[in-house]
Amino acid sequence: MLRYAYYPGCSMDTTGVTYRMSIEYLARKIGLELMEIPDWNCCGASSAHAKGKWQALALPARNLAIAEKRLPGLDICVPCAACYARLLAATAAIRESDETRARIEEITGVTVKAGAEILTLMDVLGTDEGFAACAAAVERKLTGLKVACYYGCLTSRPRAITGVQNIESPELMEKIVSLSGVECVDWDFKTECCGGSHQVDAPAAARPLVERIFRNAKANGAQAIVTACPMCHLNLDMREEEINRKMGTAYDIPVYQFTQLLAVAMGASAKEVGLQKHFYPAFKRLDRTLRKAGTLQ
Amino acid sequence: MAQLQFDNSASLAEKIAADAGVTLSDCYQCGKCSAGCPMSASMDIQPRQAVRLLQLGMADELVRSRMIWLCASCHMCVDRCPNDVDLPALIENARYEAQRIKLCAVPEVGKFNDIFMENVKNFGKSQEVILEGAYNLLSGNLLQDMGSVPHMLRHGIVGPEIRTVREREHVRRMLTAAEKEDEGC
Amino acid sequence: MSRTGVFVCHCGSNIAGALDVERVAEAAGKLPGVRYAATYKYMCSEQGQQLVRDAIAEHGLDRIVIASCSPRMHENTFRKLLKDTPVNPYMLEIANIREQCAWVHTDREQATEKAIDLVRMAVAKVSKNKPLHSSFIPVHKKALVIGAGIAGIQAALDIADAGYEVTLLEKESSIGGHMVMLDKTFPTLDCSACISTPKMSEVAAHPNVTLMTGSTVESVGGYVGNFDVTIRQKAKYVNHDLCTGCGLCETKCPAKVTSEFNQQLCTRTAIFRPFPQAVPAKPVIDPDSCRKLSGKARCGVCQAVCPLGAIDFEDKDKLITDTYGAIVVATGYELVDWAPLYPEYGGGKYPDVITGLQYERLVNASGPTEGKILRPSDKSVPKEIVIVKCVGSRDKKKGRAYCSRACCMYSAKHAHQILDKIPDACVTVFYMDVRTPGKNYEEFYDRAREDGARYVRGRVAKIFRENGKLICRGEDTLLGRSVEVPADMVILETAMTPAPEIRELCARLSISTDEYGWVQEAHPKLRPVETQTAGVYLAGTCQGPKDIPDTVAQAGAAAAKVCILFSKNEIEGSPMISAVDENKCCGCSACVRVCPYRAVTLEEIDSREINGTVKRHVARVNAGLCQGCGACAAACRTGAIDLLGFTNAQILKEVDALCL
Repeated sequence: MLRYAYYPGCSMDTTGVTYRMSIEYLARKIGLELMEIPDWNCCGASSAHAKGKWQALALPARNLAIAEKRLPGLDICVPCAACYARLLAATAAIRESDETRARIEEITGVTVKAGAEILTLMDVLGTDEGFAACAAAVERKLTGLKVACYYGCLTSRPRAITGVQNIESPELMEKIVSLSGVECVDWDFKTECCGGSHQVDAPAAARPLVERIFRNAKANGAQAIVTACPMCHLNLDMREEEINRKMGTAYDIPVYQFTQLLAVAMGASAKEVGLQKHFYPAFKRLDRTLRKAGTLQ
Repeated sequence: MAQLQFDNSASLAEKIAADAGVTLSDCYQCGKCSAGCPMSASMDIQPRQAVRLLQLGMADELVRSRMIWLCASCHMCVDRCPNDVDLPALIENARYEAQRIKLCAVPEVGKFNDIFMENVKNFGKSQEVILEGAYNLLSGNLLQDMGSVPHMLRHGIVGPEIRTVREREHVRRMLTAAEKEDEGC
Repeated sequence: MSRTGVFVCHCGSNIAGALDVERVAEAAGKLPGVRYAATYKYMCSEQGQQLVRDAIAEHGLDRIVIASCSPRMHENTFRKLLKDTPVNPYMLEIANIREQCAWVHTDREQATEKAIDLVRMAVAKVSKNKPLHSSFIPVHKKALVIGAGIAGIQAALDIADAGYEVTLLEKESSIGGHMVMLDKTFPTLDCSACISTPKMSEVAAHPNVTLMTGSTVESVGGYVGNFDVTIRQKAKYVNHDLCTGCGLCETKCPAKVTSEFNQQLCTRTAIFRPFPQAVPAKPVIDPDSCRKLSGKARCGVCQAVCPLGAIDFEDKDKLITDTYGAIVVATGYELVDWAPLYPEYGGGKYPDVITGLQYERLVNASGPTEGKILRPSDKSVPKEIVIVKCVGSRDKKKGRAYCSRACCMYSAKHAHQILDKIPDACVTVFYMDVRTPGKNYEEFYDRAREDGARYVRGRVAKIFRENGKLICRGEDTLLGRSVEVPADMVILETAMTPAPEIRELCARLSISTDEYGWVQEAHPKLRPVETQTAGVYLAGTCQGPKDIPDTVAQAGAAAAKVCILFSKNEIEGSPMISAVDENKCCGCSACVRVCPYRAVTLEEIDSREINGTVKRHVARVNAGLCQGCGACAAACRTGAIDLLGFTNAQILKEVDALCL
């Protein structure tokens, strides 16, 4: 049953809008029911746990409690990697210690058991059912486009909580996004951090992280980078031109959310996945790919 | 000449380590953490040195450092550490100690987090426009990313809309209670 | 009625400093059966022992209690002493008032009370002791050495030179082990094959040595002096009596598989000798890669070209059983499979990231590149080389906390060789520590640095390829800065690890392995070449990582132990084994099933009953196999089987003395 509780996260209506658009298209196409947690609040992202331990647990805990009450029995699908990490951390803390759970309940004023599994959107589409549904919905292939799948840090680390075996070179995104016909290159910066919010509050220190990612992607023949998080996508997409200007590089690598590529392969138009909203021009590469593959209708 | 005094009484370094659940002697200073840290080039002390300072009881230097604020919490260090030393947890607890004495060696990072949490307290959700605007103002970087604003406005990426939580009072009370709990730690 | 003597030892100040020994002796003197009680400063000394002899003579003592250190220290000392007195050596009990009392308690009063309790228990137990007499086990003077690397070869040579017969087993088709794969050895930079092949030839030609290659242990039974071993000798498919080793077959064989000896850097044929100096110098056929034997094709080319008709496709495995007095385990090591453990180093996808042993094959004149150091990917000469130490070792996260001991030295060797062989090469060695504990080792490391090897203290976090170079990222911890070294080739110095298949061998021999799988020695300090099983010895890296000098020394030590065993025609077995009262035994076989040493069997006896003679089953204990663990005594429902020296009566008397 492709039905999940859904925690979109604060950036979905702003900087993550293209992610939201492509997820909605995709979900409609494959019959994936994403039931938004009613009246959800911010997960706290990286700022909450920088300020205090209990603030960082309280925020996600309220969301878990609401999901338990209003969407019982459903696992929670979280498209943003930071939100995923926070909900997962709260789940782990609550499950690990009754004392912690009691304190959280006291602070938040809700009861929470944290029985639901927290899943990324990749996890959901990587299940047998999700994968088969995606495969069946693909109408055209983006053949010939070489992409580097970029996971960022929070979908696989810390390993103790995520349970991911290979934190250096996971392969889930490649498996899913290959359905769209793209060729996934092997590269070495799949899980190296993009800098997160430091691109705003410590830009001089953080820009090199993004440059490094582009550098290795290009060195391995990638024509585009594919992401699975609104923060990673924003950091790569928004800063590419600045890096070219300031660091003397010439990267020509548009950045797509993996759901955008899937949606396009399922028939979505450029507008339907918000390609025009990208900072770094993203239309031409897909358009040319489709034309060359002879699959542009 | 710096004096290496081994202070075995209850000290700040021991507290930070205990709160983080770390046995400091596990670390044999191999440096794999520093080498894998994406932010290490801009840090005043290397990740490995952070553990060294705590091993020597020199927690005050760690708490005063820029390093703890430049950490991106990407967890590459602990996931590669041969001895599973939870460095992110040590850094987090060092931050809490710094906040306790109202110290933040990278004020921009501190301000960003403060504004973010204010928004969440007021509205229940993060407001990117307010966050960027207030941050630019308070950090003194008035024109940061201003060049991107036209694009964002044109494409509806940002707008004047405030997105709130219906139970925002509950969220505010919750956060206030959590803040109190954090202060007492 | 017992006539017990109690001797309380001061042990200098070890015991006397923590409790009142005079009071203990005084209390002991009042115990039932005690005719004499005294203290002395050092009971184990010559004077102390004389005290015991004199007391026995003067007071007609028939049993002794020594209150002193652990019986593991001096029980044997006092048993030996009693041999020359009228008192049987097993009419002795040791009360451990040192390790179990004086050394662990700080309250003098309470420690003294406890010591008195311990002495009372020992006096009670000894009142139930009976004289025991050792049995004698014959010794079969033939040794089995399992593994023919340098350890096995050295042990076999020493035992054979001492005049005893040795069977030397090797699972591969040639002897030589890992040593013969190395190019040069530290610190002398001797050519490894040059110093090992003479020993290989010597052992193969030795009149006292029976060499069996392609052979493994199938089953083991028996006990010290009398091990019944069945050996499986794999089919060679080549008759070595006819074969002259001309090598024609190898040149014609069409099948090619990766060469294990050359560490997957090149191929070999299905009929093959693993390396040119192989001993025996005659090929065997690997049935898995042979087209004919694996049923893939008709082939048979080797048979067609062999001028002596030595190929025999009908060859079968042979099972050979023999009796050995002693077994030496010298099965060596493997290198850890690093690729699945270190995805951050590429996880095996970069052909130019190689192991130290692969490097040895590259630089060796009879290796895949005839001694030229060339990159596996494109056969170009690497100029910038990075050596990474501690790969798989000193790494709790990846499962091995231990230090692999030899890598610091062979890294220095590799650095030296590269700088010597490749002009204007640049070698960077990433390290955490440099361990040079042997003779001339530190000077060897000095030389490597003089040659120009750049040592950077920091563990490599990541190796990735970019623009044709392998980028190695590590922190120079001495400088406090992270560095990136763009290398043409990276050598990972990987950890030694126990060969997984020896777990089964150890189970068959009833010897233990530690948490990692290394064979466990009987005592880490004082008994490094013996195991818990009498008659089974160990030598070389099967016990733990070590270098060649230590391996050869250990092999000699194991051989010496074997010779000690073989110097006697029979050995004394411990009399503290189980004994069966056949009148009480009902033949339920609980003891048979519970014995970990398979020392108890059920046998049919003729039993005289009231109405005639009947046949019934009773338990019988094999004195050689029984280790005196007492499991059978605990399992027996009728109390028929009991452990001599620790009988039910003795133990209950002890318990009563303490509790009543």
